[in-house]
Amino acid sequence: MAEPLIELRGVTKRFPGMTALDAIDFRIAPAEILCLAGENGSGKSTLIKIVSGVYAYDEGELLIDGAPVSGFSPRAAIAAGVQVIYQDFSLFPSLTVAENLAMGRLLSENRRLVAPAECQRLGAEALARLDVTMDLDARVGSLSTADRQIVAIARALMSRTRLLIMDEPTTALTGREVERLFAIVREIKAKGIAVLFVSHKMREMLEISERICVFRNGRKVEEGPTAEFTEGRITRAMTGQDIGQERYVWSGDIAAEPRLSVRALGVGERVHDVSFDLRAGEIVGLSGLLGSGRTELALALFGMEPGHRGEVRMDGAPLKLETVQQAVEAGIAYVPEDRLSEGLFMTQSIARNMVASAIDRVTHGPFLSDGEATALAERTVADMRIATTDVDKQVGKLSGGNQQRVIIGRWLLTGPRVLILNGPTVGVDIGSKAEIHRRIRDLAVKDGLAVLMISDDVPELLQNCNRILLMHRGAIEADLDPRGLEEDDIHTRLKTLR
Amino acid sequence: MDRLKTLLRRSETAVFVIVVLIMVLIGAINPAFWQADNLFNLLRANVIIGIMALSVLTVMISGGIDVSFPAFAAAAMYLTVLAMEATGYQGVVLPFIGATLIGLVCGLFNAVFISTFRMIPLIVTLGSASVVRGLLLGLVGTSIVNIDRMPPALIAFGRSSLDIGGAKLSAMVFVYLGLAVLVWLFLTRTMTGRSIFAYGDDAESAKRVGFNTRRTVYVAYGLAGALAGFAGLLHSSMIWLANPRDFVGYELDVIAAVVLGGASIFGGRGSVLGTVLGVFLLVLIKNSLIIMRIDNTWQGVVVGCVIVLATALTAWRDRKAAA
Repeated sequence: MAEPLIELRGVTKRFPGMTALDAIDFRIAPAEILCLAGENGSGKSTLIKIVSGVYAYDEGELLIDGAPVSGFSPRAAIAAGVQVIYQDFSLFPSLTVAENLAMGRLLSENRRLVAPAECQRLGAEALARLDVTMDLDARVGSLSTADRQIVAIARALMSRTRLLIMDEPTTALTGREVERLFAIVREIKAKGIAVLFVSHKMREMLEISERICVFRNGRKVEEGPTAEFTEGRITRAMTGQDIGQERYVWSGDIAAEPRLSVRALGVGERVHDVSFDLRAGEIVGLSGLLGSGRTELALALFGMEPGHRGEVRMDGAPLKLETVQQAVEAGIAYVPEDRLSEGLFMTQSIARNMVASAIDRVTHGPFLSDGEATALAERTVADMRIATTDVDKQVGKLSGGNQQRVIIGRWLLTGPRVLILNGPTVGVDIGSKAEIHRRIRDLAVKDGLAVLMISDDVPELLQNCNRILLMHRGAIEADLDPRGLEEDDIHTRLKTLR
Repeated sequence: MDRLKTLLRRSETAVFVIVVLIMVLIGAINPAFWQADNLFNLLRANVIIGIMALSVLTVMISGGIDVSFPAFAAAAMYLTVLAMEATGYQGVVLPFIGATLIGLVCGLFNAVFISTFRMIPLIVTLGSASVVRGLLLGLVGTSIVNIDRMPPALIAFGRSSLDIGGAKLSAMVFVYLGLAVLVWLFLTRTMTGRSIFAYGDDAESAKRVGFNTRRTVYVAYGLAGALAGFAGLLHSSMIWLANPRDFVGYELDVIAAVVLGGASIFGGRGSVLGTVLGVFLLVLIKNSLIIMRIDNTWQGVVVGCVIVLATALTAWRDRKAAA
């Protein structure tokens, strides 16, 4: 193996009450694409922060090009060629693409004035390095997430970068954008720059990386060339246990009256003539590229697209879905895509979040019974296996997986008959994900809940759904039986839809 | 084609179109509107509100809000005029520098609290406005300096004008437009100016990229104070009067004008051109209300409605852009 670019030897980092990293040996070679896998709290982020100089370590050694370094700081890391792209990209939406790109360089040169022509030149250079074209005068705020990410990458590569660290870079991207990102990552590697990739998504890790390092509880548990890994092996290493991969089988009566029957539903220009049935106990997957109309369809079913066309029936009875209230009263529950902005009151307690949709169950006349709310919340916390005992805790302090369980738990309190989940496990780690899947299956089997699961995560759909609908340009393109289908079959189908 | 589209989508274009429409409308009702005298008067009425709007614009881009500028303007104006009267000084350059410096110091006072103690700008500037006004009236005095006591040099400066086709255009209009160009150059062509936008967008990221954000805050509020101080003295030289209780209620007009010009109260967004147009629109509306003999008290109603409508429009536009 080539001389490592950066090497950690026996590095330990302690925080009050916990050891975040325990005697870690870690190395990354020039032009290597390394994937860092691990659940939340496994030590991945701490490792990134040590390599980028944000955290000082308590024990061990850090070597750059084989020479030990002491007093590593963010500035020293940048000088050594380490650049981090954070999940929020740290871009300025009001400034133009050219300015965003040029700003770092101008700052490092202690410039006082900004010449638009020079920004243009620096920006064009930076984009040319990645072989992408973009309107340099566009404001970054008007770009898509994928384009913003490219701006962030281009900016990071403007200095003498030797190692680019990307924290969960694919979370907000669609399949096609992920491919573009990977092409860029390979381009970067071809220039001799190492890339450290942090991801939750196995498929992506296996596709892009050359080596995988798996962390669990602050220790490196597995490491090796990607060719030696399978999804199962990574999962096992990450969670320390086998997670069931058996698929969901629906054994209901196909001739029975459907729970939810959608006929010729249309929303503006974005959804046309969509018809499908959802039977009790079914978990139906819904996938499609971003902009396929799947979210609009879900919103229409939840009463958030007043003025939609077509007919929706619940157990044979026609529904009026012009407001959210009507949808909730009809027994439809919706767990939104972006739980941060659409679902949870982050600064409020778990209990208050839980009863927010089921407020009638804990009120007497105009009064809210705190005791009943707490009792109800505690039952749901236990039921959803949320990792806390304190229902007064702020929801914002829970992990992503637990937050998602709070939302799902909240909707279950309303006694729904149809549950619509939009990206139920986005940003949730594997252990939590399996727990959420288990719970959803339980609800379908035991309570006969009909579930519509919208997701980009193909393995998730294959594993949990008894039918998968593919949407494209506002219409349902295919109704697939996942039995006998593999991930690649679905990916191929999605690709042909472009 | 794309260029045309972005041009049409800019809020400056919208404000400009509205300005033209209102002018055509008023001109149709009363053709006297188009007389040079009236138009020049209208421009003259832009000067003070305009300079103050530039001050508020800087702060708003940084993501803050400033309601202390009327108090700073009053203090800078009154102190300078009193000093001129006491010493019998006959120049104008030094007094304007003095007034600007007084404003600057007041503005930096805001910045200390906002930057060091991370306080909310609205609260800080409300407080500093009250303190400055209180000190001025309590320690310095409450008597109005009338035309008989006003320094003649100031009056002469305020009266200077250009003769264009028989009508007189106040030279102060050029002072205002010159300042607008300077502020525009500062905001768009200097790193510190761009750092104000970056800070208003995302303070944390600005720090991460390497901006000295503490300095950014000092510059934004310092500049705002300096402009307010300058505007204060200019005002008294234009009306030949120095009243320590002046500028009460200017906050609303000026903030309305800046918001009308497309600046976002959440920071990061705003332009000098938009602000200049916004000021012109606001002055035009108030002016036409007077021409149409609408009672003074109703002007407040109109200005309030303008703020709410303009903010609603920008919010609606932002939501559409996000969707």
